[in-house]
Amino acid sequence: MDLTYTEEEEAFRARLRAWLAKVLPTLPARPAAADWPGRRAYDAAWQRMLYDAGYAGLHWPRDAGGQGATPTQHLIFLEETELAGAPYVGANFVGLLHAGPTIAVEGSPEQRARWLPPILRGDEIWCQGFSEPDAGSDLAALRTRAVRDGDAYVVTGSKIWTSHAEVADWCELLVRTDPGAPRHRGISWLAMPMDAPGVTVRPLRTLAGSTEFAELFLDEVRVPVGNRVGAENDGWRVTMVTLSFERGTAFVGEVVACRRVLGALARTARANGRWDDAVLRRGLGRLSAEFTALWRLTQWNVSEAQQCGGGVPGAGGSVFKLRYSHARQELYDAAAEVLGAGALDADREWVAGRLSSLSYTIAAGTSQIQQNIVAERILGLPKGR
Amino acid sequence: MDFQLGPDQRALRDGMRELLAGRFERERLRAAVEAPALDRVLWRELAEAGFFALRLPEADGGVGLGLPEAVLLMEETGRALLPGPLVACQLLAGAVDGVATGERIVALAETAGGPEPGAAPGPPPGAATGPEPGPDPGAPLWEHPADCDALIMLGGAKGADPVDQGRASGAYRSAAADVLCAPFASVDPLTPLARITNIARKTPLALDVPRLHREAALLTAAQQLGSAARTVEMAVTYAREREQFGAPIGSFQAVKHLCAQMLVRAEIARSAVYAASVTEGVLDATAAKLLADEAAVRNARECLQVHGGMGFTWESDVHLHLKRAWLRAARWGGAAAAEEALAAGLIA
Repeated sequence: MDLTYTEEEEAFRARLRAWLAKVLPTLPARPAAADWPGRRAYDAAWQRMLYDAGYAGLHWPRDAGGQGATPTQHLIFLEETELAGAPYVGANFVGLLHAGPTIAVEGSPEQRARWLPPILRGDEIWCQGFSEPDAGSDLAALRTRAVRDGDAYVVTGSKIWTSHAEVADWCELLVRTDPGAPRHRGISWLAMPMDAPGVTVRPLRTLAGSTEFAELFLDEVRVPVGNRVGAENDGWRVTMVTLSFERGTAFVGEVVACRRVLGALARTARANGRWDDAVLRRGLGRLSAEFTALWRLTQWNVSEAQQCGGGVPGAGGSVFKLRYSHARQELYDAAAEVLGAGALDADREWVAGRLSSLSYTIAAGTSQIQQNIVAERILGLPKGR
Repeated sequence: MDFQLGPDQRALRDGMRELLAGRFERERLRAAVEAPALDRVLWRELAEAGFFALRLPEADGGVGLGLPEAVLLMEETGRALLPGPLVACQLLAGAVDGVATGERIVALAETAGGPEPGAAPGPPPGAATGPEPGPDPGAPLWEHPADCDALIMLGGAKGADPVDQGRASGAYRSAAADVLCAPFASVDPLTPLARITNIARKTPLALDVPRLHREAALLTAAQQLGSAARTVEMAVTYAREREQFGAPIGSFQAVKHLCAQMLVRAEIARSAVYAASVTEGVLDATAAKLLADEAAVRNARECLQVHGGMGFTWESDVHLHLKRAWLRAARWGGAAAAEEALAAGLIA
C-alpha cells in the first residue's frame, strides 16, 4: 500500500499545474447558466485548449487519438483541474465519457475517423438518448422504434433526461430494431444527427429552476444505417461495454470540491457563530471523516483499475456512489444549517448546491438500483424482487 | 501511488486467517464464551508466528514489519472474534519483557476516560441502571484482569484530540496484584472486565503516550473492520440459505438493501483504516476509528436483523460481534470526541 505518487506522476502533476496557471487567467468570463449557446462555446473553447496542449482524451487509448494516460494520471488531472478552478467537462461530457469511448471500442475504422477527432477538439457536442418516459431504471424496456427502410432506419419515439440536447450535434441513441426478440437482444446503438428532420427538443425544467436536460421527440427521423455502431440488435452489449467498465475516476473532481466546501462551511460557521452548536459542529466533523474516506476509496479504486490494466467492474463504483451521493446530500443539508435563514435564499451558491444534490441518489442509477447491483453482483444474493 | 495490498501483505493476511481458522474455530470460540480465560498455548503460538513482535526490528528478534501489516493482522483477529488484549500486547511488545514471546500478557487502560464532551454522563455499558448513579463513568476498565501479569496505565491524553496531545501524560506499569478492582459484569462474554478503583504501586515507563493512543485507536479500528466485514458475510450466507414465502430471503429487496449497505459501510471503513495505517496521521486514525466503530456496530445490528429470531439467541454468534463492537467503540476515543477532533481539524 503506497499513497505517495511516483516521480513520473509528480512530474505530470507539476507540468499540468504550470500549464493551468498559465492558461486559466486567459479564459473568458463564464456564461450564465441559461445561456446555452454561450455555454457550448465556452466548453468547446476549453476543450480546444486541452486538445492543443495534449490533454484531450487523456484516458482514451492512443489509437483512438487519446493520450493513453494511466488511471492515476487521470486522477491527478481531475484533482488538479478542480483545485485550480478550471472549467468542468460540461457539454463535452457525453462525447468524452460515453459516446466517444463506445465508438473507440465498438466502431469501425471509418466511424472512429469520422466521430472521434471532432469530440477531442471540442468541435462536436454529443448528447445521450437512452432513457424514455417508460424506461428509466428498467432501461431495457425502451420502446423507441427503428424500422429499416433502404439504407436508413426510420426512428419514432421519445427520449428523456437528455442533457445538452439544445446544443448537441449528435445523439447516441438506443432504439428497438427487433420488437420480437428478448428485450436485451432487440436493441441497436445509433449516432443520430440532431439537425435531422423530425427531431424536436423540449427543455425540461428541474426543481432547481434551470433547464439542464430535455425531452426528445422523434417523428420518423431517418438515420443512415452506416451510423449504427456494432451489429444490429447488439446495442445493449455495445452500450454496457463502456457503462460497466470504469476506472474509478467518475467523481474525483466532485470529492475534491466537496472537501473544499466542507472547509468553507466550517470557517463560515466559525464566523457567524453557528460553530457553537455542538450538534452542527460534530456533524461537520463526521462529514470530514466521510469525505476523507471517500477520497481514499477513490485512490483505492483507481489503484485497482491501474493493476487490472485500466478498468474495473462497475460494481465497485456502485459501492462508492451509494455512499458519495448520500454524503453529498448531507454536506449541503449541513450547509443549510450553517446558513440559517440564508438557506431559504435561492441565489446562494450552497442553496443551489443543495438543490442539485437531490439528483445524486437518482441519476446514473438510483440508490435502490445500485443496492441491487451490489447485492447481486458483489455479494451474490439471488435475483428477485 | 499504488493503494492496494501487495502480494506479501495478502499472504500475511491469508496466513493469519488460516492460523485462526485452524486454532480458533467455532467450537473453541463457543468454549471461550463459557470459560473466557485466555488460552495461553494459543497465545504462545501467536507469539511464535510473530504476532506480537511484528513491528519490532529484526535486530531485536522482531519481524520488522510496519503499521499496515499490524492493521491487517488485527483485522483478522476482529473477524475471528479472538479474545484478549491483543492490541496492548502488540503495542507493548518492545516495552515490557516477555510480551513479545507471549510469556507475559499486559493490558492497557486509560485514566482520562470521563464522559465525552457534549455527552450526557451515563453509566458505561453493562453498568447498573436505575436511581443508583452506578460506577463513575470515568472509572478506567481493565480487560482480562485475571489473565494479565501487568497493567499499563496511560494518563492524561485523550487519544483522539490533538489539542490534548501535548498535555502532561505519562505511562505507568503496575503488577497485576497491585491493582485494586471492583467487579464489573462485562456485557461481552468474551471480554471479562474489572473496574480499577486504586493502584497501590506503579513504575513510570518511558513511552510515547500520544503515539500509543493513536496506534491503539487505529489497531482497534482494524479489529472493528474485521468484525464489520465478517458480519456482512454472515448476513449474506444466512440470506441465501433461509427461505420464506418459497424463496431465499436474500432475493427480497428489503433484505438485499440491508446487506448492500453493510458492505458499503465496511468498505468505506476499510479505505479509512488502511490509509491511516500508511499516513500515520492522528486525524486519519481518528476518522478511521469513527467509521470503523460505526461499521462494526451497525453491521452487527443489521446482521442480527437479517437473522431474525435466530439472531436474538445466545447460540448465534451475531451478539458476540455486536457486544465486542460496543466494547471496542467505547475505547480509545468515542464518536463524540472523534467528531470534535475532526471538526477542529477543519478550521486548524
